[in-house]
Amino acid sequence: MTPQNQPAYAVPKLTDFSAPALDKAAKDLLAALENESTKVKNEGDLKTFRDRWMARKDGILTHVNHLWLKAAPKDAKRDVGQRVNQLKAEVEQKIESALQQSQNAGPQSRGDAERIDISLPALRRPIGAEHPVIKTMNEIVGVFRNLGYSVEEGPVIESDYYNFESLNFPPNHPARDTQDTLFIANQESKPQRERLLLRTHTSPVQIRTMEKMKPPLRIVIPGKVHRNDPPDASHSPMFHQVEGLAVDTNITFGDLKGTLDHAMKMLFGSSVKTSFRPSFFPFTEPSAEMMVSCFICGGSGKRVVGTKEEPCRPCKQSGWIEILGCGMVDPNVFGFVKENGYDPKKISGFAFGMGADRIALLKYGVDDIQLFFQGDVRFLEQFG
Amino acid sequence: MKLSPQWLREFVDIPAADPQTDDRRLAEDLTSAGITVEGLNGEGANTAFEMEITTNRPDAMNHYGVARECSAIYDRELKPLEAKLPASTGKAPASIEIQDKQGCARYTARVIRGVKIKASPEHIVKRLAGVDQRSINNAADASNYTLWEMGHPTHAFDLDLLEGNKIIVRRAAKGETLKTLDGVDRKLSINDLIIADAKKPVALAGVMGGFDSMITSKTKNILIESAWFDPSAVRKTAKHHGLHTDASHRFERGSDYGATSIACARVAMRILESGGGELQGGEIDTLARELDLAPILFDRSEAKRILGEDLGDTEIVRILRRLGFNVIPDTNSDYLVTVPTWRLDVEREIDLIEEIARLHGYDKFKKTLPSYAGAVIETSESAKDAKLRSALLSLGYNEAVSLSFISHQDAEQFSSSPVIELENPLSEEASVMRTSLVPGLLNMLAYNVNHGNESVRLFEAGSVFELAEGKSREPKQICLAATMSNLKASLPKGGILDVSKGDNAAAAEAFRSVKGDVERLVGAFEHSSIQYDSQTADYYHPGRSARVLVNGEVVAQFGQIDPEILAHRKLRQDIFAGEIYLERLYKNELRKVQYQPLPRYPAVERDFSFIFGDDVIFSKIQLAVSALKLGELQNFAPAEIFRGGSIPAGKYSVLLRARFQSYERTLRDEEVAEWSAKIIKALETLGGAQRA
Repeated sequence: MTPQNQPAYAVPKLTDFSAPALDKAAKDLLAALENESTKVKNEGDLKTFRDRWMARKDGILTHVNHLWLKAAPKDAKRDVGQRVNQLKAEVEQKIESALQQSQNAGPQSRGDAERIDISLPALRRPIGAEHPVIKTMNEIVGVFRNLGYSVEEGPVIESDYYNFESLNFPPNHPARDTQDTLFIANQESKPQRERLLLRTHTSPVQIRTMEKMKPPLRIVIPGKVHRNDPPDASHSPMFHQVEGLAVDTNITFGDLKGTLDHAMKMLFGSSVKTSFRPSFFPFTEPSAEMMVSCFICGGSGKRVVGTKEEPCRPCKQSGWIEILGCGMVDPNVFGFVKENGYDPKKISGFAFGMGADRIALLKYGVDDIQLFFQGDVRFLEQFG
Repeated sequence: MKLSPQWLREFVDIPAADPQTDDRRLAEDLTSAGITVEGLNGEGANTAFEMEITTNRPDAMNHYGVARECSAIYDRELKPLEAKLPASTGKAPASIEIQDKQGCARYTARVIRGVKIKASPEHIVKRLAGVDQRSINNAADASNYTLWEMGHPTHAFDLDLLEGNKIIVRRAAKGETLKTLDGVDRKLSINDLIIADAKKPVALAGVMGGFDSMITSKTKNILIESAWFDPSAVRKTAKHHGLHTDASHRFERGSDYGATSIACARVAMRILESGGGELQGGEIDTLARELDLAPILFDRSEAKRILGEDLGDTEIVRILRRLGFNVIPDTNSDYLVTVPTWRLDVEREIDLIEEIARLHGYDKFKKTLPSYAGAVIETSESAKDAKLRSALLSLGYNEAVSLSFISHQDAEQFSSSPVIELENPLSEEASVMRTSLVPGLLNMLAYNVNHGNESVRLFEAGSVFELAEGKSREPKQICLAATMSNLKASLPKGGILDVSKGDNAAAAEAFRSVKGDVERLVGAFEHSSIQYDSQTADYYHPGRSARVLVNGEVVAQFGQIDPEILAHRKLRQDIFAGEIYLERLYKNELRKVQYQPLPRYPAVERDFSFIFGDDVIFSKIQLAVSALKLGELQNFAPAEIFRGGSIPAGKYSVLLRARFQSYERTLRDEEVAEWSAKIIKALETLGGAQRA
């Protein structure tokens, strides 16, 4: 190794332009070039190295030009010129290899000097988290928008007519009991159909939309609904539904099954299966309840937690989850909007509705619906 | 509701030992046909099905009805229900008069004399216990047994306690009362359908018998009632008295008009078997009216139109006949279908289509996707909603959802509009529809702070509810709120303007931070101006809140919530909140982006250090400088503010920074100096003193 304090190479003035003298001078220069090139470790070194040798103004090669070539007597010029060109090529080649070397060795050596502790905790700039229910609702709506459904909305405070009567819940019918209704006060003086209540489902928007739009129709209706259910782990007086309605001249029960099967695959993955069984809703007939194969356990009824196999709770080990109610639109419902082109003899349709809160509970494994409405940031931020 | 599979197997040949019809398989098959078995309890002969029968199927709320479904599912014979009665003696000693023909279509009765009231035989007690029914005595149990066996509610009176040997079905008269079996004295309304003797009410028809005519150990002579009461009459009576009984549950949903006779006979048969006695006279069967059970014309092509598949003649006829429908071929593809008396829910062709679909099996239908020629209509608001929501999320606000109800007190405190009250609220705290999103958000902030989450930043987008000219309105709003510790922590180190010590400076910075968020939100919309004034609602801190006017219309207000209000709510942190009125903001379109060419010449900055009186607020300075109309002044803003220290009270020091730039040329030093001088002059005119 060359000692650090050895004076840097400087181009000597030449007086003797004989071949041996030129050989010696070239040898010294190349030795200095070699020596300095080995010290190039990073981009900074490289720049210094390159500037020292190549800079137009004050570089070593420029010095060589001045002190050797220009100073050479006429008869030696040709020989000196050839040697200088050779040296120039040598310098260029060394700089090129030093560049390679610095690129290879660079990061490591810089890493030594400028190392930071990359294991320090990340600085996470806060971003807001989507509410799991709203997120779920948007996902469901998104699936149906992709299937050509338009988004419709309606009021939360509804009349008896839209919430019940026009959906084929006759006044004083036991089917109304299944929907514990919250009523608006001081409505006694109004005829029953005009009395106001909090909609118990998003289905009133079906009628509202059919009143203003002629068939064919495809709508998806997200919204809040309310029922007189005291809050507990699985009940809330307020929850969210996504409703759908398709009406055309050719809609069949097979279309209902196909559409919902497709939608569930888009929501929960292409491997989920659907199954339908009879149910009862006054506004659809035939009515059905749709189940999807459990998207938590994959339909096996069992779940592997760590190394243990546990019964799957969301599907109660059945492998199936009840996900929505649906059916073919009851002709009586079309009867309420017949004037607007909904002749039940000529058109048909299907409708479906699902609870977004319930799906979010299942999807995220949340065990208490109250968590959705408490605003606890420790809960909400998990969905960010 | 519980049913025993063993009991229903009495009526149809589906052996439990056959793997095709064992309990588990039976439960699955019934469920697939819409007769939902929610769960299985017990083992072997004691197995009970936990049933979930939909309201339209009162006929399936008993063993025989479910056996009928099994007969259709497995295509096996349903055994007929019979009653073998001994010969009667004499003439029935009671007469029946149906005054309310709408309320009661049919009343069948039988009289048994010389009966002994005692405990029921063990097999009856066991059967009833299997479906969670308590044994009372042989007469009451005979009635209850029949209810669970074949679904028809009946009632047994102590004949000797009926005055005048008379049964009258009528509405109650004004002022009449009745003590019911549950021991409650009830005032009757003129809408109540009742059973009366010659003098007084003796039962709430189809709901509950009377206390004073009930069967007791002293009873010798019995009158068995088996009637068909109108669903809506029973429902009204039951509702009026807040009663819900096994009988009313079935009558409300429609009982079997054709079953009164056989139900009456089977009750009589069981009482005679266990308690002895003899029938006095035959059946007293009084028909007030016939039910309208018109045959339905059923077209196979209509079934195909709705279901998408033609199930074929054999399958359709098989299913309907097994369910008790009478099917007569009409033309090529049509049938004339007569509906059995127990299926009052079936009135139309579509009802028959559902019957064949559910027994064929929903899962057997092919899945298809419909074609569609209609348009997709985007609501104009969805893009605006999405824009604001994503902006709020990226500004760090967590999305929250609170309930739609608030208390009266909150409604009054946080709004001036008339409230919409609930008739049957869940609680006092949830008795009116929310008129503001603020109390809901404050509750959530309080919840967090009380649970140790000091740094909270939330927003909620949703409707509030207003009454306007007797109609409800549901304008959408966004409310955002953050705790002081959150606001402090989120201020960028280099972005602090007011470097003075103390609460006021901290509040000013927090306020600026919320102001920036609000400005980002409303600034996403087309506007010619965004202005602020201080006319905010009472629940805001009067010195630390602002209203936002876009194009002259109020679209938002925000600021610190009045600390006194927070103290009342036990919220131990300062809160900044804001409300945005979307109805008003959405009158403007989303801002359309138009490219501005980038400057090609460098900008020049000049700082001015001044001391002003506190009354010279920044907007005054801004106004004075903009009045100079310096075209090249691109930006003029404070860079640092300080109060205290060497600055006299009532004054503040401010470092103001001007940024000049031209799109046409490089600025010359002389012109910048000239503009700076103008600015200094304007600031001095405002009473400012330039600092050295």
